[in-house]
Amino acid sequence: MSGHNESILREPLITGDNITYAKITDDILMPVENKPNKAWWIGFTFASLGALLWVVAVSYTFWNGIGAWGLNKTVGWAWDITGFVWWVGIGHAGTLISAVLLLFRQNWRNSINRSAEAMTIFAVICAATYVVSHMGRPWLAYWVLPLPNQFGSLWVNFNSPLVWDMFAISTYFSVSLLFWYTGLLPDIATIRDRAVGTRRKIYSIFSFGWSGSVKTWQRFEAVSLILAGISTPLVLSVHTIVSMDFATSVIPGWHTTIFPPYFVAGAIFSGFAMVLTLLLVARKVLGLENYITMFHIESMNKIIILTGSIVGVAYLTEFFIAWYSGSEYESYAFVNRSTGPYWWAYWMMMTCNVISPQLLWFKKIRLSIKATWILSIVVNVGMWFERFVIIVTSLHRDYIPSSWAMFYPTWVDISVFVGSIGLFFTLFLLFLRVLPSIAIAEVKLLLKSASEQAKMKQIKEGHENKEYVAEYIESLEKFDSVKQEDYAKI
Amino acid sequence: MSDIKYILGSFGDPDEMMHGIEKLQENNISIYDVYTPMPIHGIEAKLGIKRSRIDIAAFCFGITGTCCAFALIYFCAVIDWRVNIGGKPSFALPDFIPIMFELTVLFCAFGMVLTYYASTHLFPGRAPRVMDLRATDDRFVIAVDAKDNAAHTVIDGLLKDAGALEVKYNERKYISYE
Repeated sequence: MSGHNESILREPLITGDNITYAKITDDILMPVENKPNKAWWIGFTFASLGALLWVVAVSYTFWNGIGAWGLNKTVGWAWDITGFVWWVGIGHAGTLISAVLLLFRQNWRNSINRSAEAMTIFAVICAATYVVSHMGRPWLAYWVLPLPNQFGSLWVNFNSPLVWDMFAISTYFSVSLLFWYTGLLPDIATIRDRAVGTRRKIYSIFSFGWSGSVKTWQRFEAVSLILAGISTPLVLSVHTIVSMDFATSVIPGWHTTIFPPYFVAGAIFSGFAMVLTLLLVARKVLGLENYITMFHIESMNKIIILTGSIVGVAYLTEFFIAWYSGSEYESYAFVNRSTGPYWWAYWMMMTCNVISPQLLWFKKIRLSIKATWILSIVVNVGMWFERFVIIVTSLHRDYIPSSWAMFYPTWVDISVFVGSIGLFFTLFLLFLRVLPSIAIAEVKLLLKSASEQAKMKQIKEGHENKEYVAEYIESLEKFDSVKQEDYAKI
Repeated sequence: MSDIKYILGSFGDPDEMMHGIEKLQENNISIYDVYTPMPIHGIEAKLGIKRSRIDIAAFCFGITGTCCAFALIYFCAVIDWRVNIGGKPSFALPDFIPIMFELTVLFCAFGMVLTYYASTHLFPGRAPRVMDLRATDDRFVIAVDAKDNAAHTVIDGLLKDAGALEVKYNERKYISYE
């Protein structure tokens, strides 16, 4: 941070010409310290209505059992597991941003990690509710734990990926929560020291008495780095194990060794899309254009192209291997996927996940906020269909043609899914109101090295290579938050 | 002057604060602590603070998790109640690995973070010990113990020379108790 300057060739991570440490605090805490605006209330109203629908639908399922869903004896897993895998996948981007990008020293993560981690936690909550409600008898949910036989069951089967999944998801949720909350402590302390009265007391309890002394910070950084180090393999293991729920079975279409990497890439793909869906709106409504810049948006879009292409290669590989293996069951499963009664779901998945993200190769599209936002939603629609295709089309035509069936969702299926989106947005909107949506302390770290004004100072000092400066100024053209006229005179 | 407990140099810029630390140290004035709104790299070396040993704790917790997971699975699946699955061996080590890994991470994360909370005295509801309320916002604060260092005017001058925006004389150690 101090001492030497960052290369002029790197794009700024904070724009604006009058940013001070105090202004960073003010800007980020604006939604926390003031009454919410109309946009927030409209969003919150819709989201909480969705959450209410979720409560009704889940209660209805608990009361009546999973017979309330459209499952039949052939298709025994459908929207429930689709929703579960979809939400867990969305959660992955948060950990990827906070852990993997920290290990790779990608400083641009500093202004998006907090809300992405929050998103992870809320997405995993949505996923976990699917797991509990699809059990049928949720009051016996504790049977998934390794409890002695007197509690009603044998020891759990440690050879089963479903048991591994229980350990993976609960570890993932609790470690993500820990990582997120520890990172929040200094920022909660910032709110505490600016608040008065009851507000100060509440934030004081949640700040754990944070003081910001040298040792606290030193250990804080060590803890963050180690947490990032262990969260990186954790996040990869979670979706690997989720994919093993399918891959270790003998169902054609599921029994595939490429599932782990393919699921992990898909998870990152959908997670980044969800981060964009949320942050593009939050950035505008909360006025955070100077902190979440076009550079951040473009970087996330690049990750979406990469992971989307990995997913595309995986789809094609699966298809090729189905043919190349010579296994007629496997081949049939795939031909049925693409041309059978669910062809529309398959091609929906192909279009949304493989074809449309390729549009992001065009710089114009990558840098257009509207196009990016629409594409981010398209990706999430596609990723929902991917899970639906994998789950339902592999099951609906089994080995006896007389038992072939279609899956039709009931109103409960639909309400649980739509409701879970409502629940997710309710939690996210509440988060924006009570906690800082950007990691204040981490963004302050960037002010003296990677901000536009620091670079401007570097240019004005005149020691920089002219060509580099020209290149830097050219790279600023994509920023919607940079005043171009400031650079005209240089 | 006898009521003064701490002298605080409040800086608006981390580099100036680092300069302030150097100035004080050159004049043999001991620094009590430094409070900042963000981590300052290189300050530990300057203040002679040893490297954190939390990584050792993390490793120990992690390895405990690995052993606990193995012991649990081995006891359940091999010793207590062997389940005959097509005559396959009960001691199927590859199948144990996912849970052993997950519990390694779980124990490591919780053990390390709780150690961190304990060693830095962080827990829910702890009264915040804050000397300057702006130290979590936009000020970088050097705290000097007034009793140990008698030459208050010298300290004042050194801090201001280094670029302190404000020098405060606190009669209470922490101002956040009211």
